[in-house]
Amino acid sequence: MTDLTKLTLVNSIKNIKEKKCSATELVGAYVKRIEKSDKLNCFNTKDLENALNKAKKIDANQKLDKALVGAPIAVKDLFCTKDVKTTASSKILSNFTPTYESTVTEKLWNEDAILIGKLNSDEFAMGSSNETSHFGNVLNPYRLNNENLVPGGSSGGCASAVAADLTTATVGTDTGGSIRQPAAFTGIVGLKPTYGRCSRWGIVAFASSLDQAGPMTKDVKDAALILDVICGYDEKDSTSANKPKSSFLNSIKNNVKGLKVGIPKEYRVDNMPKEVDDLWQDGIKILKDNGAIIKDISLPHTKYALPTYYIIAPAEASSNLARYDGVRYGFRTEGKDLTEMYENTRSKGFGTEVKRRIMIGTYVLSSGYYDAYYLKAQKVRNLIKIDFDTAYQNVDVILTPTTPTPAFKFGENIDDPIAMYLNDIFTVTANLAGLPAISLPIKYNKDGLPLALQLFGKSFDEQTLLNTAYSIEQQVNFKSQVKDWWM
Amino acid sequence: MSINKDTIKKISKLARISVAKEETDRLEKDLNSILKFVEQLRELNTDKIAPIASVSDQALTMNRDEIKKINEKEEILKNAPDKNSNYFIVPKVIE
Repeated sequence: MTDLTKLTLVNSIKNIKEKKCSATELVGAYVKRIEKSDKLNCFNTKDLENALNKAKKIDANQKLDKALVGAPIAVKDLFCTKDVKTTASSKILSNFTPTYESTVTEKLWNEDAILIGKLNSDEFAMGSSNETSHFGNVLNPYRLNNENLVPGGSSGGCASAVAADLTTATVGTDTGGSIRQPAAFTGIVGLKPTYGRCSRWGIVAFASSLDQAGPMTKDVKDAALILDVICGYDEKDSTSANKPKSSFLNSIKNNVKGLKVGIPKEYRVDNMPKEVDDLWQDGIKILKDNGAIIKDISLPHTKYALPTYYIIAPAEASSNLARYDGVRYGFRTEGKDLTEMYENTRSKGFGTEVKRRIMIGTYVLSSGYYDAYYLKAQKVRNLIKIDFDTAYQNVDVILTPTTPTPAFKFGENIDDPIAMYLNDIFTVTANLAGLPAISLPIKYNKDGLPLALQLFGKSFDEQTLLNTAYSIEQQVNFKSQVKDWWM
Repeated sequence: MSINKDTIKKISKLARISVAKEETDRLEKDLNSILKFVEQLRELNTDKIAPIASVSDQALTMNRDEIKKINEKEEILKNAPDKNSNYFIVPKVIE
């Protein structure tokens, strides 16, 4: 019998609907792999027994008509799940059990997907290597000469879990690249939808004007299916958009004829490894050979995107994370009075990177510095958005590499915040401009590590993005080379 | 602009995060390197550019005025570090 965990999400569900396998068999296959994969440390919480019970219930119910019927899905531990611990990979929330469900995960369970666990990430989604998690490092299933590599971040547990076949698919969150960069490092597909496409309700907030949930999957069709399920207006999130749409999955087309693809010259950064530049040329060639029109474009303020992000994101974070005060939920450390209790709780409850960002955020918002930093960044954010608006008058999508390098070793960047931040140099613009973007695995470098390209789309035009990614996927025929060395 | 030990003291107070003496040097170095990085924005003339707080073009909609049973007190209190009947317990505030 074929290994059920190797199938895509779309094919797993097809199998269940056609009764080629039961939900219990599918969930059972994943449970077995998860139990042998503790070494990767993908899971903050496993919910295996409940998952098997739910599978039995689905099998007993003759109706197998829901979009995700019987699919075991683990989600980033940033989505509140009713009665299942939700920690944001932080000590300060290490004992928090939500009494409600996030909108995005509720939509998954409404389609008969089955929660199988909560996935590790950087603490409060702040990081690019998953090294800031309170619950330890996640290992990338790909290694460099038998040496462990980071899975990327912040959705590192999500990325490794999909790549290692520990979940059929997952949902992560992306504030500056947290879906796309780890997807690139682990050879999977990661899609950040347009800001407002999915409800943020019930997701632990990091930077509210940038955060967006999205699919991380084995292939492009799986991403389309998950997006179909999780998107939509939600009255509990006033920034969620009420846009009519048909099914992304059913509308997918392998056709890029006449598609106008922009190549932004500013993304050719200094010191970009040759393998990444070659990869970019490969992508251009594939699209050109299939009838797309390639256009050189300019996004002149690209170099200012990361500095802008590192004012706006910490500013919003310092405000969002003010709620962790040791009073209403979460971890508390006592103090001699109320103020000291707050200060001790937050000092011991948050990790180094989170504290660093709260401090920077507090500083740039503080009296006397607000105009020089925060207001300035809000203006440059507008310039970056205008760059894209101008470019999209002439092109339909924009093609770039997802990351400047493939996955790196543990400890390589952790002592230098700026070096770590540079990981998001190609991804962060999509968040600032609110645009959809997808990371797609293309090939392996000479060391056997996955390399990925990124496509930006127009606002609320995920369909063109998915079509283009699907067309490239059909050409490159990227196959997993994960070797199960940890088992 | 740069951050010195006094600034760190001030922002740690504002952020309600106590900073131990031995952490201060490291924090001073890190925060200054981040500030130096973000100060690249000064190169740009933004006099005529409007600031944006969000890219969302959503107009706020009205929700129906109906009573929903959410956030009930037992639920809210479930995760409290310290509670007594219907109250969160905190260190004494008034002498």
